[in-house]
Amino acid sequence: MGLDKVREKKKKKMRNRYIYRASIIALLAAAVIYALVTNLKADKVTNHDIGDEAPNFELMQINKQNDQEKIKLSELEGKGIMLNFWGTWCAPCREEMPYMESLYPEYKEKGVEIIAVNLDQSELKVDQFINEFDLTFPVPHDTRDEVRELYGIGPLPSTVFIDPEGVINDIVIGGLTLDRLEGHLNEIQPK
Amino acid sequence: MTSTMSTSILTFYVISIVLYLVATLFFGATVRDKNSKSKSQTKKSKAGKIGITLTIVGFSTHIVYFILRWIASGHAPVSNMFEFVTFLGMSIVFAFIILYFIYKLDILGVFALPVALMILAYASMFPTDISPLVPSLQSPWLYIHVTTVSLAQGILAISFVAGLIYLIATIDQTVRNKKTTWLEIIMISIFLVIGFVVSSSAFNLMDYEVQFEYTEEIQGQEQLLVADYHMPAIAGVQSDKNPTTLTEGKMTPLISTPNWMQGADSARKFNSVLWSFLTGGVLYLIARLALRKRVSAAIKPFLRNINTDLVDEVTYRSVAIGFPVFTLGGLIFASIWAQIAWDRFWGWDPKEVWALITFFFYAAFLHLRLSRGWHGEKSAWLAVIGFAIIMFNIIVVNLVLAGLHSYA
Amino acid sequence: MDKIKCECGHINPEGTVLCEACGKPVEGNQHIEGNEDKKLLNMRYDGSARRSQTYNTRIVDRIWTFFSSVKVGIWLIVLALLGSGIGTIFPQEMYIPAEAPDRNPAVFYEDYYGIAGKIYYQLGFHDLYSSWWYLLLIALIGISLVICSLDRFIPLRRALKLQKPKRHEHFLTRQRLYSKSENITEEEKQTIVDRLKKQRYKIVEEDGYVLAEKGRFSRWGPYVNHIGLIIILLAALLRITPFFYLDEYVWVREGEEIIIPGTENEYYIENEKFTLDVYDKDDPKFKDALEKTGEVHKGYTTDVKISKVKDDAVVGAADELEVIKKDQIMMNHPVKFDGYTLYQSGFQENEFKTMYFDVVETSDENAEPLGDIEVDLRNPEQTYELDNGVRIQLDQYYPDYALEDGEPITKTKYPRNPAFVFSVYPPGSDEGELSFLGIGQNIDPTGENEYQMVMNKMPDTLYVSGITVRRDYTLPLFVIGAAIFMIGVIQGMYWQHRRIWLNPKDGNLLVAAHTNKNWFGVKNEIEKAIEGTNVTMVEDQQELDK
Repeated sequence: MGLDKVREKKKKKMRNRYIYRASIIALLAAAVIYALVTNLKADKVTNHDIGDEAPNFELMQINKQNDQEKIKLSELEGKGIMLNFWGTWCAPCREEMPYMESLYPEYKEKGVEIIAVNLDQSELKVDQFINEFDLTFPVPHDTRDEVRELYGIGPLPSTVFIDPEGVINDIVIGGLTLDRLEGHLNEIQPK
Repeated sequence: MTSTMSTSILTFYVISIVLYLVATLFFGATVRDKNSKSKSQTKKSKAGKIGITLTIVGFSTHIVYFILRWIASGHAPVSNMFEFVTFLGMSIVFAFIILYFIYKLDILGVFALPVALMILAYASMFPTDISPLVPSLQSPWLYIHVTTVSLAQGILAISFVAGLIYLIATIDQTVRNKKTTWLEIIMISIFLVIGFVVSSSAFNLMDYEVQFEYTEEIQGQEQLLVADYHMPAIAGVQSDKNPTTLTEGKMTPLISTPNWMQGADSARKFNSVLWSFLTGGVLYLIARLALRKRVSAAIKPFLRNINTDLVDEVTYRSVAIGFPVFTLGGLIFASIWAQIAWDRFWGWDPKEVWALITFFFYAAFLHLRLSRGWHGEKSAWLAVIGFAIIMFNIIVVNLVLAGLHSYA
Repeated sequence: MDKIKCECGHINPEGTVLCEACGKPVEGNQHIEGNEDKKLLNMRYDGSARRSQTYNTRIVDRIWTFFSSVKVGIWLIVLALLGSGIGTIFPQEMYIPAEAPDRNPAVFYEDYYGIAGKIYYQLGFHDLYSSWWYLLLIALIGISLVICSLDRFIPLRRALKLQKPKRHEHFLTRQRLYSKSENITEEEKQTIVDRLKKQRYKIVEEDGYVLAEKGRFSRWGPYVNHIGLIIILLAALLRITPFFYLDEYVWVREGEEIIIPGTENEYYIENEKFTLDVYDKDDPKFKDALEKTGEVHKGYTTDVKISKVKDDAVVGAADELEVIKKDQIMMNHPVKFDGYTLYQSGFQENEFKTMYFDVVETSDENAEPLGDIEVDLRNPEQTYELDNGVRIQLDQYYPDYALEDGEPITKTKYPRNPAFVFSVYPPGSDEGELSFLGIGQNIDPTGENEYQMVMNKMPDTLYVSGITVRRDYTLPLFVIGAAIFMIGVIQGMYWQHRRIWLNPKDGNLLVAAHTNKNWFGVKNEIEKAIEGTNVTMVEDQQELDK
């Protein structure tokens, strides 16, 4: 009987030790995997992901061919929104702007608004650009990098497509072709 | 402050050097003492007493120099390579004094003081002018960090010295093998340093000077700079810096310094290195021919009577003392300062990485000491390697690898 | 082969090398510490059973045993050391010099270092310290630290708790310091004990057997410093989690107020002024050095105003900002606010701010100005009108002018190399005269212009200050870890655990001593303690491996 008890005790001790070791090793392994995964994960491109609600902002509008004085995102709910970030010095922006302008009248009718947030210093420069390309959509001027920071925009151009519910539908880094642009606008067009 | 004043400050420095030199001779005399009387190790010899007294006096004048220079420049004189290396030499002497008083080992002085002197000689490779502090160095952490690191390196240097003594005393010189070869390589490198001292002081006495003008990009701007050689130029300024000779009638460079050497003033330093190899090599050859055996084999008989156990303990003990100081100065204080000045406490700058390597190395040393079979000779080799790493960090990282620490 | 009963009656756990009570070498277990063919005993953990040395069958146990080995730990340290060294052969990606013609790592390494550089880049050594294998190496060192410490904690505690003065003869004779003395009186022994007490030894006496011990706490040093290291690694782990660590960089122009990145659109920074100080070339103190090195910067200072948006303001519409701090950011003097720290990290100079032009008649040899205009380069006006009726229209503005395929473009939005196309309208005229102006350029395309624009004084320039934005909640943890590490290292390195046994045996007195370091010190203390007695000085029986 005594021997059995001793054996039983020893077995229990061994099991405890096994659990102790196994859990410590598991904990350490988890920490290592966490470190490796976090390290390898590429830096996030923007502050917000597809599916997030698009954060609100308000900026002065500077396109003289458009009669809005200010642009406030929350007031545009119900419309699909193409939120484009651009600058006059950026070559791919220059390429993309005519496409946006060519589709704008049609999609405005369909309930899609194009908002082209400009990041230039000089308003004159933007004016000259707008005149050159005859742009009619609203151009809010983000002089303090506020909206750029809000959306975490890095390289220009970048475009955030927002559906009528105010949810981010897609994020595109870099210039768009006419076809792709139209595809995206169709996506966010109110049904 | 006029340059005559700075000369008078340097006088104190020169006095210390002379005193260390004389002290070395007295410590050297203790070796002879023991040769004749053999079993008198516990008794302190007269020569040893004089030796340590001279060392302490020399150290005091060294301190005076340090304080005067601090007053003159308005900042702790550890801000450029001359000042830093000088301070390292001083730290080695200081560490030697401490360990001498713990172990009363005269033989330590025979090797430690020459090592300190060689470091001081290396310092003379750099311009002795008092230089202004660039913004990142303007912090009390400059001297907190630098002095602690330097003190640690001084203590660790003593472990190298003890290790070297152990190796010379114990390695069997009757056969030729890897051990004797490596030990001889250490000896040769010492000859190279002597070669440097001899060649640079010889040309200094001759007042040799040759100047080259070259362009270098500093903080984004092209600047026209002058390289001031005090030795004949074997290697001229890097070809990509478009050098032109300013002084006439001097030897034209035989080669140009490789372009990958990027440290400040690297061409002049590279030229000095070439001269050291040339002179040191010749000196070594002469020594070999005169002795007709390996230099380490020639020294070995003088170390016949030393207590190798005690020397081994000094090796370990100085690592045990120096390691925490090094961690504190080289990693912790360094991080605190880097956090304040460069907004990050760790940035993988080459100097930082080599401090980490030093830390890893001595950590491994201390762990190995726990195991059997790593006392004695293996420990001694490790102490030598550790010092090589420290020297690498001071010499190569500053000379070759450009980084945030490549000042002066 | 479970428990091992020693002849002194003590029951030892399996794996024990030296009996926990009397120190007698346990037969059959001597190989564990390599004692078989040696005279001296290996005194690690005083020969108590180390857990990892047992049960080796299951995978968990095997992993445990692997990492609990100091040898493995040392190997990992050596590998980390070598790996770290490789990363310094060429500069890391972030240290590619700013003046390199192409800073793209794919181009730079091959350009500068040839084939070796190309290989270096292809192996990913340009970003070695965030490579997966380096990280893994450091992580493995961490695992080794944790398991080694846990594995040794219990045996060490057992060993240190069970300190019996009476030891087996074989234990004593196989200590490094040992002596046997005959005819020692009880008084002499007492003298020694008293002297040891004076040297701050703790004395335990049992039936005439004496153990003098001091500095036991230093044995815990390695554990303490390992805990410090584990905390540091934990802090590093937290740091890669975005919440705990924020690192952003912002360029702010003088006179500009912009959002501070990373602050969730809450804080703004305004650069009121940037000052670049240089050392005076004639300062007698530094004259010699300055002659050799050229200009040396003395300080960088940005006068900043930090503001916070008022609650609930919509982003972009926040006109009203609450100024929360006005301060100077300097190198070595960062500015803190609400958990964020701003560091002076860089600057750009020679960006243009305002340019000044005179309008003169081309035919006027004296170039008598008819009027002058001032162009704010950040926000230039469309037209400028002079008192005499001359109207100047700014047709095109290139803040950072360059030619690309023959077309004028602007490289950036910043006025670094401003150029303009002006139309000058004489009074009452609708027909403008075109002219092109830039830095060092003044072109009249027709050659028939009546009026000319001339730069009449040097343009105003401004500084751009580069500021790092940090928020690091892990710093305190690093500080704590480093502090604990230092305490542990000092505890372990600057104190020693010394033990001296005085055991009577067959009318003789056996003296043996052990210390974990500084044998010289303990020998001195014994020498002092036995002075004037008949006790033989202990002999150092060390056998150095040569």
